[in-house]
Amino acid sequence: MDILVCMKQVPDTETKIVINPEGTGIVTDGIKYVMNPYDEFAVEEALKIKEKMGGTVTIVSMGPQRATEAIRTALAMGADKGVHLCDDAFEGADSYSTAKALAAAIKPLSYDIILGGKQAVDHDNAQVYAALAELLDISHVSIVTQLDVAEDGKSAVAQREVEGGAREVIEVSLPAFIACQKGLNEPRYASLPGIMKAKKKPIDVIDLAKSGLSADEVGEKGAKLKIRKFFLPPEREAGKILEGEPEELATQLVKLLREEAKAI
Amino acid sequence: MDFDIPEEYRILRDSIRRFTDRELIPINEEVEQTKKIPDGIIDQMKEMGLFGILTPEEYGGMGMTVVASCMIQEELSRANICYPMFISGNIGIGTMGIVHFGNDEQKKKYLPAMASGEIYSCFALTEPNAGSDAAAIETRAERKGDTYVINGLKHYITRGNISDVFTVVAVTDKAKRHKGMSAFIVEKGTPGFSIAKIQHSMGTDICQQCELVFEDCAIPAENLLGEEGQGFAIAMGVLEEGRLSLGARAIGIARRLIELSREHAQLRVQFGKTIAEFQAVQWMLADMATELYAMKTMLYDAAWRLDQGNRNRARAGMVKLFCTEAIGRIADRAVQIHGGMGYMEEAPIESVYREVRGMRIYEGTSEIQRLIISRDVLKNGLKSLDYD
Repeated sequence: MDILVCMKQVPDTETKIVINPEGTGIVTDGIKYVMNPYDEFAVEEALKIKEKMGGTVTIVSMGPQRATEAIRTALAMGADKGVHLCDDAFEGADSYSTAKALAAAIKPLSYDIILGGKQAVDHDNAQVYAALAELLDISHVSIVTQLDVAEDGKSAVAQREVEGGAREVIEVSLPAFIACQKGLNEPRYASLPGIMKAKKKPIDVIDLAKSGLSADEVGEKGAKLKIRKFFLPPEREAGKILEGEPEELATQLVKLLREEAKAI
Repeated sequence: MDFDIPEEYRILRDSIRRFTDRELIPINEEVEQTKKIPDGIIDQMKEMGLFGILTPEEYGGMGMTVVASCMIQEELSRANICYPMFISGNIGIGTMGIVHFGNDEQKKKYLPAMASGEIYSCFALTEPNAGSDAAAIETRAERKGDTYVINGLKHYITRGNISDVFTVVAVTDKAKRHKGMSAFIVEKGTPGFSIAKIQHSMGTDICQQCELVFEDCAIPAENLLGEEGQGFAIAMGVLEEGRLSLGARAIGIARRLIELSREHAQLRVQFGKTIAEFQAVQWMLADMATELYAMKTMLYDAAWRLDQGNRNRARAGMVKLFCTEAIGRIADRAVQIHGGMGYMEEAPIESVYREVRGMRIYEGTSEIQRLIISRDVLKNGLKSLDYD
């Protein structure tokens, strides 16, 4: 099986987000970047498929220079090689122009299945994989919590989460894009031998020229969406503590819920 | 000058950090109560390669640097010092004697199994009458035909109760003092060799100390490590790595204590405000953070220099001395910031306070470190600090 994993490097989930004064983005100074947590599930699932069926796992990522660290982390977990879309022209992309660049990098590759997180925890759009699947003319299954690839590698059965905790079981012919959700597996920790071996594994850097796309098709220029403004939600005000006898409290509470919070 | 951590080390650090945060810190209370690291965790540590950090690759190890070893131990210590202590034989003196002084057969026989964690190793030097003065050991080894016969008593031997292979230092020629000491590989279960008792300490005792007894314990002559008379050199051979390891562990513990103290100070309300708003508490946090910075900077400087082949016992001594003394002060302030709770078993502070007290004693007392450092300063000036 030739297994691809689309992976993104994102700010650590513990990052305290600060908006820049212009409101055009976040302050990136001092941010620690990590592999998108949902992509960890994708990497783990890819490695499990490889362990069961043989083959190779290739990590495909678009991002600035620093993203090599996340690619290298996936290689340390056991992936075989990396493809890094890295060029200033790719900066400022939206979901569409990201999918466009990823598709250009993926088209020349041989693949039987593509995995990725169900969304990246930075912009939380959850759109890249659907757009990418469309551009590659393959199916996609979203929010997958269980995956079984058929022995012949031609199809897979995926379970996906739907409302109310119910599960939907989908059989899909391969190649397809599988968008991974928490619960699919427990991602492994990069082992010391894995880290040592990762140093020697190849990362193919693809710049704009190598991607075969024009500057107008990618990054900010190729985006269909323009972000006009970033702002944080207003800070939560301190809670109100009511005092008194239970009867009074109930009356007060109902009044506040109705008139102030307008919740009832 | 570039003090940034290279990518490879960041990946290593983050992997161990995630393992520590997700797997180890959540079970701290259980581990302290049962005094046992769960088997599943030990298996994970083996899978990750943690028992072979410094063993050469040709013998199944990772062949990593001292910087890497320190980073790993620092991260693990954030949860509990028992984790680096648990691997310390296999990545330290229990194994490194064989790495540096063992012959081919000994290396092939023991190193791969030690690197994988299949067997545990430890080092037995200390005796009731020989602590800082290691050359005063009384355990004897006499050559008899194809064997050496060992008689004597060792004590305070960490992980003796769980180890499979022991490097035991004994006297082969009393007249030659420290040049008459030799090191031997003794396997668990050898007739005449037994664990007399487990010696309880004021620490958490997750990794325990033991008394070892040798009564006419005959071992094959080929178990001599290096040559007769090299025992003291073997004992002293990897001191730097061991001492830097203690610095790394002190740093990991310090980070955890500062995290906990900060959290507590920002939550605990007295006199209508959080105690973090009181200058007395602020200054304690400032001193803790400042000492941590000094510890971290000196440790990784020393570890990097050691990796460049620049061995220096005084410099390693400075790291051991400063870091273990500083962690004592930091733990003391952590107790103080936590107040009554810091003194009680309910908070994860008092056990750390007890545990770190030992760090000023084992791997060379603070006094021995000062002796080594002052001798070096008197003899070489500030050369060890690279002030040529």
